Amino acid sequence: MANTQAMVTSFMGKLMTGTHNFGTGVVRAGTGADTFYAALLLASGTFNAASTNYTGTVGSSAMSGEVSGTGYTAGGVAVTDATAPVATNSSSTAGVAYWTPSASITYTSVTLTTAFDAVMIYNYTQGTAGAYPAVSIHTFGSQTITAGTFTLTMPSNTTSTALIRLATT
Amino acid sequence: MALVTTTKGEMDESLLEKKEGVVDNDSEYTTWVEYWLDGELVHRSAHVQLKQAVTFSAEAASFE
Repeated sequence: MANTQAMVTSFMGKLMTGTHNFGTGVVRAGTGADTFYAALLLASGTFNAASTNYTGTVGSSAMSGEVSGTGYTAGGVAVTDATAPVATNSSSTAGVAYWTPSASITYTSVTLTTAFDAVMIYNYTQGTAGAYPAVSIHTFGSQTITAGTFTLTMPSNTTSTALIRLATT
Repeated sequence: MALVTTTKGEMDESLLEKKEGVVDNDSEYTTWVEYWLDGELVHRSAHVQLKQAVTFSAEAASFE
């Protein structure tokens, strides 16, 4: 037998649930999951891996580069999170921690006439007005909506298809 | 009689021209539906199913 260098898979899972902190973190009010939101981004935007925060004010002031229109509330909609992250080993050196919203993200009865092509997932609970920590940006083909509904259906919550995955190989 | 929400209020679907489309590629499976009245777009909805996950890789460094 020999030891094997590896990132422990449970570590990745516990990053997703706020156990580890190597720097200055936040004081949590409890052990419950944070609330995450999903904001739609204009196709003219330049959001990417360097986009640290959702910089608007949820419910009152849209972020620059975010859609606006009838029926759409600044900040977007809350993400349904009824399924906790999962961490699964695939070998002695590899594993995946993953999470997917437990329901589709739906914007009902909206009119969004300026094209949008991405959604930003961000943390509402750990943020403040103007600085809600971003999690991820997911792109899709450019869309507009007229007096209709825009729905983002989530991929299956598996090791290979979950919406957000931390992986070692 | 099916009613459609439009920019002009609820309308009977039979009064409108319906257009539908599908986008299917590596990133998404998207369906959309539009309703037109006398050349004017009065309703458009879209349904996007994301296919690609965002993956972050992690690695434990070696001392060797």
